[in-house]
Amino acid sequence: MPETKENTVAQIIRRYAGDPDMLIPMMQDLQAECDYLPKAELKELSGRLCVPLARIYSVATFYASFRLMPKGDHTIQLCMGTVCFLKGAGKIAQVIQREFELVPGGTSPDGKFTFSPVNCVGACALAPVMVLDGEYHGGLAVDSAVELLHKIAEETDKV
Amino acid sequence: MPRTTRIETAVDLQQYRRQLLAEQDPATRRVRVCLGTGCTAKGAPNVLERFHQAAKEFDQESFAVETKCTGCHGFCERGPIVVVDPGNIFYQNVKEEDVPEIWRESVVGGRVVERLLYKDEQTGKIAKTPEEIPFYNAQRRIVLALGGVIDPTRIEEYLAAGGYAALAKALGSMDPDEVIEEVTNSGLRGRGGGGFPTGRKWRSARDAPGEPKYVIANGDEGDPGAFMDRSLMEGVPHAVIEGMIIGAYAVGSSHGYIYVRNEYPLAVEHLTTAIEQAREMGLLGQNILGSGFSFDVRINRGGGAFVCGESTALMASLEGRVGEPRAKYIHTVESGLHGKPSLLNNVETWANVPPIILGGADWFASLGTEKSKGTKVFSLVGKVKNTGLVEVPMGMTLRQIIYDIGGGIPNGKAFKAVQTGGPSGGCIPAKYLDEPVDFDRLTQLGSMMGSGGMIVMDEDTCMVNVAKYFLGFLKEESCGKCTPCREGVAQMLHILDNITKGEGREGDVERLEQLGELLEDTALCALGKTAAYPVLSTVRHFREEYEAHIHERRCPAKECPGLFRYEIDVESCTGCGLCAKKCPVEAITGERKKPHTIDLEKCTNCGTCFDVCPFSAVVKV
Repeated sequence: MPETKENTVAQIIRRYAGDPDMLIPMMQDLQAECDYLPKAELKELSGRLCVPLARIYSVATFYASFRLMPKGDHTIQLCMGTVCFLKGAGKIAQVIQREFELVPGGTSPDGKFTFSPVNCVGACALAPVMVLDGEYHGGLAVDSAVELLHKIAEETDKV
Repeated sequence: MPRTTRIETAVDLQQYRRQLLAEQDPATRRVRVCLGTGCTAKGAPNVLERFHQAAKEFDQESFAVETKCTGCHGFCERGPIVVVDPGNIFYQNVKEEDVPEIWRESVVGGRVVERLLYKDEQTGKIAKTPEEIPFYNAQRRIVLALGGVIDPTRIEEYLAAGGYAALAKALGSMDPDEVIEEVTNSGLRGRGGGGFPTGRKWRSARDAPGEPKYVIANGDEGDPGAFMDRSLMEGVPHAVIEGMIIGAYAVGSSHGYIYVRNEYPLAVEHLTTAIEQAREMGLLGQNILGSGFSFDVRINRGGGAFVCGESTALMASLEGRVGEPRAKYIHTVESGLHGKPSLLNNVETWANVPPIILGGADWFASLGTEKSKGTKVFSLVGKVKNTGLVEVPMGMTLRQIIYDIGGGIPNGKAFKAVQTGGPSGGCIPAKYLDEPVDFDRLTQLGSMMGSGGMIVMDEDTCMVNVAKYFLGFLKEESCGKCTPCREGVAQMLHILDNITKGEGREGDVERLEQLGELLEDTALCALGKTAAYPVLSTVRHFREEYEAHIHERRCPAKECPGLFRYEIDVESCTGCGLCAKKCPVEAITGERKKPHTIDLEKCTNCGTCFDVCPFSAVVKV
């Protein structure tokens, strides 16, 4: 409903006293609220803050954590840090991309998973590590990673 | 919990600390459960919950039991970690089902649950306390001292442990110049990578004209394989804040920012809590401790861009823009955030400030080497037995860190190289293992201190592939503003990619060196200037590996697909047929219960057979 969304943007702007410097935190809040950055809301943000829409989009596409598309049911953050890389994260990435038809930053065709390889989650003792919906899974191998995702996918089906 | 009134003066602070200490009943038994990221992922929250439950049901009157969470202990390899006091008994790899036994035997019974103690693999010696564990006893913990001791979400615990006493000392008995002098004399250098003398930076910021001035903590820990700042922000957030308040007082600033990496939600949470608590008590805000000095701090979350660890890019990001660096003809201490003097220090640097003010410059300068003072926290990771965070005096040798503390290389493999300094650093080979670790020596070896990542690699690691990994990382993270970085890194990556595919050409190594030097000379910011270091350092120390790839189409570490072969060892193959079943191109044949063979014509070197063989009969040759 457009009316409630309008309030969302206004509320967020008020939270930061309308300070255009706080554009990034505002966009972070908007994404937390809407799950991604919808075009209409960005336009409204631009209008209310008097910041050109082009600048908002340049920020949205520069920083890896912003999404312009909705997420899937589950978010896979696969750590691609040096240690995870040494311990086989590259292969895990390859296989799960093939298995679930994923591309980096994209969502699987069935809408179940969004795949974002990340630089390092700072949990090197657990390498290779995957953060699935905010939960850390460490010491993965290709098989256990695929198995874990299949299990999650099945659970979603049941619901 | 009823909160006491604001702490108005240094005397109030002292009294409050005494009161907190007096409230601690010496008969109380304590259970500390590490809730750092490593332990959390291994199930520590459930362990803590079981302890809380046990404490709730406990109704003995002779003593009380307190169960609490703490920040990271550093020994992430052995998590979840539980420590029981009195006795400082250190339990490792604790599972939920171990809780009743620890409770019954150790907490209530006062005995020790031996099976959960650390046991030295080589000597078989059992360690009861952390001090008896080789991983800890060679360390010197100053900034990490409180990491596994206090509950990071309670300011009272930080205060009881002596927190904010340095602030009281600075505000009460030192003028700003004296604070700067103390930091200068301590010899502290920036812990974020550059190693710039902190005191000199503070002096410039104080002398720079312009109002307001800003102080900023750089918590955008971007180097993959480094997590010391994360652990500090999560485990001792008040130490970072206290350091910042002291710094702000020294340079005359009233506004602070902490820029935290987006991937660190727990750090954001703990810092937010810490700031709120410090505000409530009057340690942040107007007229701190009655000194007339006012300062407040705000948290900004990063957006997930590695380049934002660079000072000018970070400040652009704080201004709500894309994180593109600018040329630094004018330093940020003179013209930084909003064109105003801005003092940016790394999280670990800030956390070193309170101990320096309390312990004095002479004490701090007595630790470390001639030009690198104090301690440094390293994240010791990769192919090493004891993965975790270690804090050691500067000047300790690589061998001491990797072998004495880290326990050496697992699975009987040989050490090959240690990578320090993240994507801007380099790889140091075995012949330099006895070199001391400090800012200048690492630079001379073609690497750098960086923020403190120390990634150990064994004989199975291909150095060309490692260089390719870092270049791939930097290509993605290059902001694209300057041409040398945007195009140069991509070009170098292209050459490396060819080499690892066996398509390298004569002269490729020289081309890489040329491009690398060009980048160093012409790129706009440190990201680009140092982007070639992983390549240049591996060429310098492992040139023969590059040449084997190019001239012999062979990967000596047997990592690059296509540059080695898979074969089945007839001695170990049991003929179970699993590899043949899993092979995606049906390249493996053989009779049941008889050794199988791989048809090299059909084989695509995917490595599936190698991964699935339960008898390790598939070998790389």
